Amino acid sequence: MVAESWYVALSAVLFSIGVVGVVVRRNPLVMFMSIELMLNAANLAFVAFGRRAGNADGQIAVFFVMAVAAAEVAVGLAIIVTVFRLRRRLSVDDLSLMRW
Amino acid sequence: MTHAAFLVIAALAVASALGLVLRRNAIHGALFLVVNLGSVAALYLTLGAEFLAAVQVIVYAGAIMVLFVFAIMVLIPGKEETGLDPRRGWRLLALPVGALLALQLLLVVRAGVGPVAPAAAVPGGVEAVARLLFTRYLLPFELTSVLLLAAMVGVLLLARRRV
Repeated sequence: MVAESWYVALSAVLFSIGVVGVVVRRNPLVMFMSIELMLNAANLAFVAFGRRAGNADGQIAVFFVMAVAAAEVAVGLAIIVTVFRLRRRLSVDDLSLMRW
Repeated sequence: MTHAAFLVIAALAVASALGLVLRRNAIHGALFLVVNLGSVAALYLTLGAEFLAAVQVIVYAGAIMVLFVFAIMVLIPGKEETGLDPRRGWRLLALPVGALLALQLLLVVRAGVGPVAPAAAVPGGVEAVARLLFTRYLLPFELTSVLLLAAMVGVLLLARRRV
């Protein structure tokens, strides 16, 4: 049985890769996918800690994170599509203002 | 045996995450993310969370990634990240900062998770999850449906054509 600390360490690495992805990429879709990567890393840590605690509460938390992530992706992609429709460009450097 | 399996799946997860960040093409990034989500689902299986592994494959790798791929197809990707990056220096600064963040998190994990023996009985499986979901977490579970409904209405409002 692999110790939980290995899972949490993997989760930390994946989370850091997601942070770097959000900062270095210019495509908002790829930034969004990096955010999903970070959520996923946090989920992995939740499940690992839940097994350490010996109950299923961690898995319940992951279930709710997944539901919120589904709603977040739908709204976020709608926002990106709307911005693209108005601007015809898709680089976050052009989106420094929250109005147009 | 289990250690070897964990290491293989973990290497796959890290490599696909790096592929998402490093590849320029957004559709390649989406496919790398599918691989990453699948390997995390395999890790859920090794942790004894079968229900979450199934939900991960169905909801994340299925529904959410289809939405992403659809948006990438609609938005004609690949043109926004060619050309010279006006803030290249600042963006490259993210690599050492990200490495520092990973180092700090790993140090916290090393310091925080001591060699405590894990709890004997691990009530994993669908039954324990369902029991908790419909007793102690019933109200949040019902509120989730309201959240999804609100998201649906919001998306319809955002995506309608303005006349």
